[in-house]
Amino acid sequence: MSARRVTAALAALLACTAAPALAQTVAITGGKVVIGDGTDPIEGGTVLVQNGKVVAAGRDVAIPAGVPTVDAKGKWVTPGLVVAVTDIGLYDVEAVDDSNDSGADKSPFSASLDISHAINPDAQHIKVSRAGGVTRAAIAPIGTDRIFGGQGAVIDLGDDPDPVVASRAFQYVELGETGAARAGGSRVAAWAELHNALLEARELSLAPAGARRDDVLLNRRDAQALVPVVTGRQPLYVHVERAADIRMVLGLRKEFPLIKLTIVGTTEGWMVAGELAKAGVAVLATPLNDLPGSFEKLGATQSNVGRMKAAGVKVALGAFFDQPRYAPQYAGNLVSLTKVPGASGLTWNQAFAAISSAPAEVMGMGDRFGSLRPGRAGDVVIWDGDPLEVTSGVSKVYIDGVEQSLKNHQTQLRDRYLNPGEGALPKAYNW
Amino acid sequence: MRGLRRTLMGAAACALVLGGTGPGLAKDKKKDESAAVKAARDFNKDPYPSSYRPYPSQSTLITGATVFDGAGGKIERGAVLIRDGKIAAVAENAAALDVPADAVRIDGTGKFITPGIIDAHSHLGDYPSPGVEAHSDGNEATAPTTPQVWAEHSVWPQDPGFSRAMANGGVTSLLVLPGSANLMGGRGVVLKNVPARTMQGMKFPGAPYSLKMACGENPKRVYGSKGREPSTRMGNLAVNRATWIQAQEYRFKRDAGTLDSRDLAMETLAGVLDGEILVQNHCYRADEMAIVLDMGKEFGYKISTFHHAVEAYKIGDLLAAAGTCSAVWADWWGFKMEAYDAIPENATILQKAGACVVIHSDDENGIQRLNQEAAKAQGDARRIGVDVPDAEVIRWLTLNPAKAIGIDKLTGSLEAGKAGDVVLWNGNPLSVYSRPEKVWVDGALLFDTADRKRRAVSDFELGQPGEGDVK
Repeated sequence: MSARRVTAALAALLACTAAPALAQTVAITGGKVVIGDGTDPIEGGTVLVQNGKVVAAGRDVAIPAGVPTVDAKGKWVTPGLVVAVTDIGLYDVEAVDDSNDSGADKSPFSASLDISHAINPDAQHIKVSRAGGVTRAAIAPIGTDRIFGGQGAVIDLGDDPDPVVASRAFQYVELGETGAARAGGSRVAAWAELHNALLEARELSLAPAGARRDDVLLNRRDAQALVPVVTGRQPLYVHVERAADIRMVLGLRKEFPLIKLTIVGTTEGWMVAGELAKAGVAVLATPLNDLPGSFEKLGATQSNVGRMKAAGVKVALGAFFDQPRYAPQYAGNLVSLTKVPGASGLTWNQAFAAISSAPAEVMGMGDRFGSLRPGRAGDVVIWDGDPLEVTSGVSKVYIDGVEQSLKNHQTQLRDRYLNPGEGALPKAYNW
Repeated sequence: MRGLRRTLMGAAACALVLGGTGPGLAKDKKKDESAAVKAARDFNKDPYPSSYRPYPSQSTLITGATVFDGAGGKIERGAVLIRDGKIAAVAENAAALDVPADAVRIDGTGKFITPGIIDAHSHLGDYPSPGVEAHSDGNEATAPTTPQVWAEHSVWPQDPGFSRAMANGGVTSLLVLPGSANLMGGRGVVLKNVPARTMQGMKFPGAPYSLKMACGENPKRVYGSKGREPSTRMGNLAVNRATWIQAQEYRFKRDAGTLDSRDLAMETLAGVLDGEILVQNHCYRADEMAIVLDMGKEFGYKISTFHHAVEAYKIGDLLAAAGTCSAVWADWWGFKMEAYDAIPENATILQKAGACVVIHSDDENGIQRLNQEAAKAQGDARRIGVDVPDAEVIRWLTLNPAKAIGIDKLTGSLEAGKAGDVVLWNGNPLSVYSRPEKVWVDGALLFDTADRKRRAVSDFELGQPGEGDVK
């Protein structure tokens, strides 16, 4: 390398480190572009991201001078995947208690617990999910021995120290069988606990100086945390599966009309799809439940999501507490149902939207991320094939326009053990 | 009436036990001993025999489909003939086949055929749906070694999971294993995935038994928390070795004719040492698998398959040399400490090392998508420059698991004479967009998307929401 070239390279390097805004600008060209809002993919499209935001995506996008380009010919380009709700970042190893912040049985607090304090952006689960194309997630709050899990957070999965996009983004409640067990052994008790808590929060919201009755059950901190719920400023996510439980939850709004409900799980949602649609209540549906795994899931069928969608329910995929990187496989399975006689599934466009723009919209953040429409965050994934196909994988990930490291514990192990047997030195020196 | 009968039977059982030690029978003692020796040696090895008989079938010819034969072969637009419940022929051209005049002819153009999918690791029936406490029948977690228990005695044939495994996963055979709480969890049983009133009606005729073993975290956690051995990995090994020493002694006495009573636990372990019962060993970590391989050598048994085996890729060479299969997930990872080093390329690296790869489920949902799990592993292989052809990947779900559980002479590939266990897929099974369209077990059509009534509905589901629904 000539001296002049070295100087030029150094200058370029300095420019990169000195001006992070530049790194948030990129044009990805020639790929099959999926906007993520349910519209058809666009062959040979361009995605232009400037200063961390999508400026344009589609055909005939003019690329301003100086914008670095990435060739995605033969590849697919999509918004980053959005998974709501999940629990990554709350543990390193789920079964290793010391590393796990996803439960707090002995805490005196419940509704006021704020999950954003526990999220670890360096957790391998975040890195592995990012390498699978997941860029945003709604993190479910920790469960306690009460029905209130606490306040959830919206995060990005960026390789940086600042994961929280919105803390206290929603309140999470367990009803159904789990809620019944926590509340004292029956649905009746769970309902009493929920109803009482909402009443106490409403009383607190109406009390001029924050004065309270002397027979309240909730501590002040928890009651205060529920004020935004009863006043409709913070969404209430309720986990229920059984049709009858879903109806009960919908009925909650008669007494508390301001509550903004989202139903989570919803295995028997197809049985009350008309009511859900009429109520305009959004659903984060566990995608493929088809077994009566419990008595509250007797009506389980993989056609659940397709039937709800057909009935006009606002539905996104979510609430699968295995790995968020499985989202495309779940979505792809719903597409496969469209070829099965008698089954209901989603079209490809609907299925992709169900793991990108739809969950973002359910979270109330559809204008911020989840699609490649102008103004959304520059969360872009380049795939080596159809993103919903199980044989496809991720080539590049951008979050807020910044290209992300896809390296993690798994990739390093893979590289070390690609060729078995020890070399001149033990494997431990191969890193 | 029922209560009375139970009382009488109880009294009879007591009499038998007391009779053996009663003073009045002293003069028959010698005769009794020889009867005991005989019983311990010549016991009925099949006391709960299969009552499964293939369901009525019609000769069936499928033409025009892409055929993956399960043994690594592929025929574009091939023909498969099922006759008398067996694979009669697989050919490039149907014209060459001797097709009975009354055969059902199916145009498989654009579709795919594989052998019935086989899951080498299932708990269907033992941990059935709904997963309520009363249904928890998979772990006899009351002692660290329980080789005397048999998974088949827990199988609930009405588990709705069986029908889902067929409808969505094309599964026609499965090994139901005890859980992994114990070092030696008991015997596993191979089932045909057919609806039946009894376990015996599902039992795979001619399949060997398996012994489920487990190393690592589970046994030491379960028993350590009860304040008893084993509480460590070294404790795991010590208890295993002590038990194998007992089994060796038992077997020696048995062969010498000096046993004086039967011992259910030892009969299972002796069966392993005799080579009649296969060892299915739950094991995650590479270092532990290497120790277990040596333990097998120490006591003279072979490990048929390591299950889960998330670190098998670290010792692909050792596993290939041992001829031991690894039954793995595609990409389960990180849920427990011993799963922390799982990688999606596990199957690929094993395949490259020449070791036997099996994709297994251990899960009532995963068993519905074994084809997709295999496809994921194939995609991950491609990204590191390893091309595993489709037909070879299909072997991970068919002939390899058949071998791992000892039924490879009977099913697992589309070889003439083998069982007519066949799946017709509506697209390439290594795609998320494909599903089984028809499934045959021993030539009988037991699932058909075109016929609502060819959909099994378990007793449990009758009269419930969604009875007979698509699942």
